[in-house]
Amino acid sequence: MFWDTLGYIIIVVGVAFDLLGCIGLVRLPDVYNRLQAATKCVTLGTAFLLFGVFLVYGVNAIGIKALICAGFVLIASPTGSHALARGAHKGGVKLWEGSVIDTYADENKLN
Amino acid sequence: MKFIGEFIMLFGIWLLLTWSLAPAQVIAGVVVTLLVTGLAGDIFVFKASRAFNPVRIFWMIVYIPYFLWYVVLANLDVAYRVIHPDLPIRPGIVKIQTSLNTDMAKTFLANSITLTPGTLTVDIKENELYIHWIYVHGKDVKEWSEAIAGRFEPILRRIFE
Repeated sequence: MFWDTLGYIIIVVGVAFDLLGCIGLVRLPDVYNRLQAATKCVTLGTAFLLFGVFLVYGVNAIGIKALICAGFVLIASPTGSHALARGAHKGGVKLWEGSVIDTYADENKLN
Repeated sequence: MKFIGEFIMLFGIWLLLTWSLAPAQVIAGVVVTLLVTGLAGDIFVFKASRAFNPVRIFWMIVYIPYFLWYVVLANLDVAYRVIHPDLPIRPGIVKIQTSLNTDMAKTFLANSITLTPGTLTVDIKENELYIHWIYVHGKDVKEWSEAIAGRFEPILRRIFE
């Protein structure tokens, strides 16, 4: 019973983080900032959700799958966002006009 | 030796995923694992002597909660910026230098940076990482490196180098 309650609380927290990530996706100005919201909030939110599922179901086929998937999400999500950010930058997507610095563009011009 | 280590690790993950010791599942697991190790084994950076070293495993166990703590902080930080009416951001791409040398350590550093406060790894060249930062402060490469990578490097060095 205790683990069930804790699990549901963690699932709710995870969904709340997912929601904040989605709000960020809409509100932030450019690709890179949106990726920030998408990777951080949504990764942690999803990991929390899966961990909550593990707590509710315990050590069995469902719980362990959820736990392993949380690990995969934690590794795959930053890798994916890194690929997207790099691809966007190489593809010529500009930073938001309010950005203060872009060393990456400056140094690539020199080469 | 490398392939045996990879095989054991992947097969372990398979067993956990299927969570069953039925012969059909185990045989399918052996076939799939052999296929994956055969096809992609070369790409994967894996040294059995390093992976099973207790000191490294100990530091890995220390690193996980330490890292998760910063991930939670990162989330609260980004969440705050997202719901604040004025959207307090000051984004930019900065360059940092790392003293880590192995590919594995750099991969983990890059992923850790991506998941922590307002920073996102855009590219890696040798020992330089380009980081998109949602709120840039500091003036030069040294300050940026300290602020972004400083808290992870000592532990990652103990795990991977």
